[in-house]
Amino acid sequence: MKFTDVFLQTATKTLVFIIMTFSIYILFAGHHNPGGGFIGGLITASALVLLYIAFDLQSVRDIIPFNFNKLAAAGVIISVLTGTASLLFNVPFLSQTFTYVYLPLLGKTELASAVIFDLGVYMTVLGTTMTIITSISEDEK
Amino acid sequence: MFDTIMLLTMCMLSISIVIALYRVIKGPSIHDRILALDSIGYIVIGIVAVLSIMLDSHAYLETILLIGILAFLSTVALSKYMEGGVVIERKSDD
Repeated sequence: MKFTDVFLQTATKTLVFIIMTFSIYILFAGHHNPGGGFIGGLITASALVLLYIAFDLQSVRDIIPFNFNKLAAAGVIISVLTGTASLLFNVPFLSQTFTYVYLPLLGKTELASAVIFDLGVYMTVLGTTMTIITSISEDEK
Repeated sequence: MFDTIMLLTMCMLSISIVIALYRVIKGPSIHDRILALDSIGYIVIGIVAVLSIMLDSHAYLETILLIGILAFLSTVALSKYMEGGVVIERKSDD
């Protein structure tokens, strides 16, 4: 039985961009406000799940040719390397630091090294969630 | 005075959750239950908004948008399951 989800597909094309923008905001707001890598990854996964629901598995895979297994592995590697890099500066494992730089458009901005660790958490959560959901929806009925 | 109005609003929202919960438990068909759960999600958004006014805090504003996204997504997933029997299709038939 095939039905045409014109309303759902048209709404999804707009909503995916809004949810993606919100997840990136949550990811970078996590230092001083509620948010962070974990919830940012989950919101991005929910945007992708909305895309999977409105369209089908094969066409979304053609649009986003990502291997989510490798994304999760890359996230773990980034997080571990961020912890290991602090050993190069003679400080304990997983130490973090921050500095203030003057960016051209944003003015005085605080850049923390914890953002890279958060990016690793984000990629791990996104990869794990999408691997679970796609492998469940892939098996035989 | 202002706190009284906020508490009154909170009580009315809670009562409407109870009424929607009655429809979830009693609803004859599963469509009633899906719609009642959807409306409970949006009433919870209102409760969080009133709570963030009462506590005078900005920390809950992301939660409001997040509950909205999740309520929409779960309703769409349940409706897709009700209509086609499968939430995520493998490939389109046409």
